[in-house]
Amino acid sequence: MRDRAGPAGAAVTVAEPERPAFDAIVVGAGPAGSAAALELARAGRSVALIERGPFPGSKNVYGGVVYGRVLDELIPGWYERMPVQRWITRRQTMLLSGERSMTVDFRCQSWGRAPYNGATAYRAEFDNWLTEHAQKEGALLVPSTVVTAVLRTAEGRVVGVRTDRPDGDLTARVVIACDGVNSFVAKQAGLYPEGQAEHTTLGVKETLALPKETIDERFGVSGDDGVDIEILGGTQGVPGGAFLYTNRDTLSVGLVLGLPGLAGQGRRPEEILAELKRHPSIAPLVRGAELVEYSAHLIPEGGYHSMPRLVGDGLLVAGDAAAMCLAAGIWLEGVNFALGSGMYAGRAAARALAAGDLRRLRDYRSLLESSFVLADHKKLRKAPGLVLSERVQHRYPGLVCDLVEGVFTVDNPKPKPGIRRLLRRSARSNGVRMRELARDALTGLRSFG
Amino acid sequence: MNQRYADVAFEDRMSHVDFRVAEKAHIVVDTDVCRSCTTKACVHACPANLFVPTDDGGILFNYEQCFECGTCYLVCDGGNAISWSYPDGGQGVVFRHG
Repeated sequence: MRDRAGPAGAAVTVAEPERPAFDAIVVGAGPAGSAAALELARAGRSVALIERGPFPGSKNVYGGVVYGRVLDELIPGWYERMPVQRWITRRQTMLLSGERSMTVDFRCQSWGRAPYNGATAYRAEFDNWLTEHAQKEGALLVPSTVVTAVLRTAEGRVVGVRTDRPDGDLTARVVIACDGVNSFVAKQAGLYPEGQAEHTTLGVKETLALPKETIDERFGVSGDDGVDIEILGGTQGVPGGAFLYTNRDTLSVGLVLGLPGLAGQGRRPEEILAELKRHPSIAPLVRGAELVEYSAHLIPEGGYHSMPRLVGDGLLVAGDAAAMCLAAGIWLEGVNFALGSGMYAGRAAARALAAGDLRRLRDYRSLLESSFVLADHKKLRKAPGLVLSERVQHRYPGLVCDLVEGVFTVDNPKPKPGIRRLLRRSARSNGVRMRELARDALTGLRSFG
Repeated sequence: MNQRYADVAFEDRMSHVDFRVAEKAHIVVDTDVCRSCTTKACVHACPANLFVPTDDGGILFNYEQCFECGTCYLVCDGGNAISWSYPDGGQGVVFRHG
């Protein structure tokens, strides 16, 4: 973490406000912030939801899939009204090596019917939609406003925020930081660990327009059904991954690049993306598509061990600000963890306010631990390291493609080689020892088990 | 940028992004520090290509077409050469899809 980065750079010490203007201030109207504000407003609390963009979602980027099951609790019947691009009914995991690819392709038509599983959506629409629910319950949205500093008492209790508006200090009994991956609020409050860059990836994405019928034909779907392709090995040696998602009449194609690898490698992100789009397995899918938006955002991918402290004095941290993205290879989720952590932060804050005892903000942590939010992160705490490891990134895609190529290449008049011999040969030619392969398989089983 | 890898010129790529450009720069670079930096990771890591090395070893930067992602300050090796904050409320990048 760079200590000079960030608005104002440091928290401001103030006298304890006699009558705080709000019960709670939520910083950031993304999925975590809107969920927190919704819970607080529902509990009858006065809550200000501060957003630095002109509208919720305007500063936000993601790959493209929302897993909405957690919304059952927050917004019953959400799937009837959420602004969805397509429901994911076909999910692929693709390994790229040179000009080859190996894909696992799963189709599940029931995911295209209620109660659904995952959907592509535009953040500008989805985040706005969520915020409207919080507003309907009484939360006050304050858009186009940057929080420049945390207000703290001499004892260190957070009692509000300074904004970039004239006379812009706002006070509250509780502040919830949902201000995203760079979270200057959590950093100013001293909750962040060192070494953030090592656990952070850069996502770059192109939104590419194609007629709906063309997308339906190329991806083998119809109606509101859509496809999710997760890709390993298309990043020109930079540890990370790639993705391709179908929206109604656009595609989202992008990369996730580990910052240390990107910093040391000397290739520009859009060059690597152009290479990916030229791969023989990707090029036919994106051919002729017209760029309608280019976007980029950081992603906190370190998981459980990279999280900041989640509870401070008068302060809770949720969503990307709390490094809640789950980047565990076969599972790539973030919005649902933001929604879940925001919901529990709002709930813990409402309970503490009702009890008149801010020490009960600590309940936030136990609410998270007894739900998927921290249970999944704890169980999968070793997965981000494994997924970004040198072997998984650089050796296994080649090993798998060599093996499959060996199995399906008909080399007559030579007889077919045995699979075991092929595996040994593929491992050797990719610099993998059988012992390492067995150990990684075991680590994989343990971390995913 | 290296045109061999470009499927669309960088200026065209950025012309599809909406910005409400602020008058005040939200990035400040201490170019004296940059002169002693050997890696200059910001130059190729910034997705908006905002950092350009100069002949005297320093860095020229612009803030107008910034995605506000934070990559530059996180990859910066140069003793906190980059001071970075957000543009004023409502200004800066506005993603239509995201």
